[in-house]
Amino acid sequence: MSKPIVATTSLAGCFGCHMSILDIDERILDLIELVEFNKSPIDDIKTFTKKCDIGIIEGGCCNSENVHVLKDFRKNCKILISLGECAIMGGLPAMRNGISVKECLEEAYLNGPTCQTNTEKILPNDDELPMILDKVYPCHEVVKIDYFLPGCPPRADLIWATLVALITGKPADIPYEVVKFD
Amino acid sequence: MATTKKITIEPVTRVEGHGKVTIHLDDSLNVVQSRLHIVEFRGFERFVQGKPYWEAPVLVQRLCGICPVSHHLAAAKAMDVIVGAGTGDGLTPTAEKMRRLMHYGQMFQSHSLHFFHLASPDLLFGYDANPAVRNVIGVAMEFKDLAVQGVMMRKFGQEIILATAGKKIHGTGAIPGGINKNLSIEERDSFLKGKDPLNVDKMIEWAQAAVEFFKGYHKANADFIDNFSYFPSNHLSLVRKDGALDLYHGVLRAVDSWGNKILNDVDYQEYYTHIQEETRSWSYMKFPYLVKLGKENGWYRVGPLARLNTCDFIPTPLAQKEFEEFKAYTKGKPSNHCMHMHWARLIETLHSAEMIKELLLDPDLQGTDLVTKGTKQHEGVGLIEAPRGTLFHHYRIDDNDQITMANLIVSTTNNNQPMNNGVNFVARNMMTGKREITEAMLNAVEVVIRAYDPCLSCATHALGKMPLEVTVVDKDNQIIDRKTRS
Repeated sequence: MSKPIVATTSLAGCFGCHMSILDIDERILDLIELVEFNKSPIDDIKTFTKKCDIGIIEGGCCNSENVHVLKDFRKNCKILISLGECAIMGGLPAMRNGISVKECLEEAYLNGPTCQTNTEKILPNDDELPMILDKVYPCHEVVKIDYFLPGCPPRADLIWATLVALITGKPADIPYEVVKFD
Repeated sequence: MATTKKITIEPVTRVEGHGKVTIHLDDSLNVVQSRLHIVEFRGFERFVQGKPYWEAPVLVQRLCGICPVSHHLAAAKAMDVIVGAGTGDGLTPTAEKMRRLMHYGQMFQSHSLHFFHLASPDLLFGYDANPAVRNVIGVAMEFKDLAVQGVMMRKFGQEIILATAGKKIHGTGAIPGGINKNLSIEERDSFLKGKDPLNVDKMIEWAQAAVEFFKGYHKANADFIDNFSYFPSNHLSLVRKDGALDLYHGVLRAVDSWGNKILNDVDYQEYYTHIQEETRSWSYMKFPYLVKLGKENGWYRVGPLARLNTCDFIPTPLAQKEFEEFKAYTKGKPSNHCMHMHWARLIETLHSAEMIKELLLDPDLQGTDLVTKGTKQHEGVGLIEAPRGTLFHHYRIDDNDQITMANLIVSTTNNNQPMNNGVNFVARNMMTGKREITEAMLNAVEVVIRAYDPCLSCATHALGKMPLEVTVVDKDNQIIDRKTRS
């Protein structure tokens, strides 16, 4: 039987959830035996080269590129997992929801004590920059998500138990302390 | 009119965050312009307004899950000032040393992560190797012992963070004016005498081996390490008052490419009189510069290379010995060799392991006086040397204790111009006059960016990946050729 294929991405997140995947420590060497990795920021594979079994999403959607990547993951992965608070409910970046994008940009590029020489009032605005969305959206509001792993970030033991359960098809035995909402 | 062609590399993988590169060529295939675009924007400066000041150390670290401890501590240091506990030296010995242990633990894990997980694939396989192999998984399969070492070194650092901050990622240990726990004897002994390999002596030994590995690689690949993306620059970091390397606290020092001082050990509470930022319309990442030298010439590098260029010595014996060898290579002058960044980073890894041992042996860590109180202030600045360089946090609060202003200059932002210069160096050297866009050329651009270990997550106040697509277009945006890496 061929190995299950896993892809991962980080949208509007802080990469802490990916770091928590690495916190499975030496089990990462077992993981490499169990699965094959496809598109993921930790390797150099930048496009889907085949259909994947499991897609792991960190972060919500704050710009048009995030939405594009998320839809691409839905199209190419049988199972999608929202990993962590940002993917599940927007998380900390969603604290800007309710504040206009204009106000956020002005505070960052015009008002700060080290922006005092920006007298021409230049704001980032270029074809190469993706469009910022009106607010930050959780992933399940954009595509169907199959599983949700809570935590900021979810604990390494939770990620490991979930992946093993999905790969082996056996129910996950996850103690309450491991599913901790913080 | 000359035709302009454009090459786009996106995303840059194996760096921490989101970025893409565009290279514009003219009719004769000369590089006319290259840019590293940072495409994410968060808005932290605005949305933390109104939050109570004590939330800042736990909130703002969510900028970045790669070195959250740096943000946690920089914010806590700013809040020390606000609660009247002074700058850096006003804390109780237990509080300051617990924070230092947390910080050196993070420095150790982050540098290990960068070297073993992100940079070593290029060194072990060559940057023109097949991308399907050239990654940490390839390393794990072909160089298993080295991979295990990297994993265990990172684990050790993460366990230190857990013991000092309460959580491995996004902890809560530092509070305004101090720390919320001390280190138990059991915790201390688990690091001093832990089962092999998870004890501090083994970590020092492995850190030494990593420095030796790099020096061997340097000897065999001197041309690449010394000349790849070499360019002179200014360098900036905190140093201890006596000129020693200090990653937790100090005064601001900047030197030029010859080692002449531009900023002579100034107090960082007024950093904004020395540093301003330029906004360019094509990137969300700003361009900081030294006011004294102006926008054009005032840019500088931060991070491991800059730190070894600004400090006078390293206050631990094994790292000091390596530092002397490092300095001798450039005859005591600053090293402006981009790839020496890896060398400097590994010397700092060794220094961090030595510092961790020194701190663990200090009985102050078992003290019970954890918090300093003083007279409330309305403004505070906290600086720290994060793994990737100097990190600036600045807050103002109102009479209700709510934050009214937050200004952040993260480490990677300080390296914005140098990374752009590096990309330009590679583009001009490897793409000028060429029609064929090779995998190796594209990766070379990424190698230079990766040397800075950029945490673009921080810098955009955000790693997710779009396809790597190279598009060549003319001035009317008509696509002439397109290449996709897979």
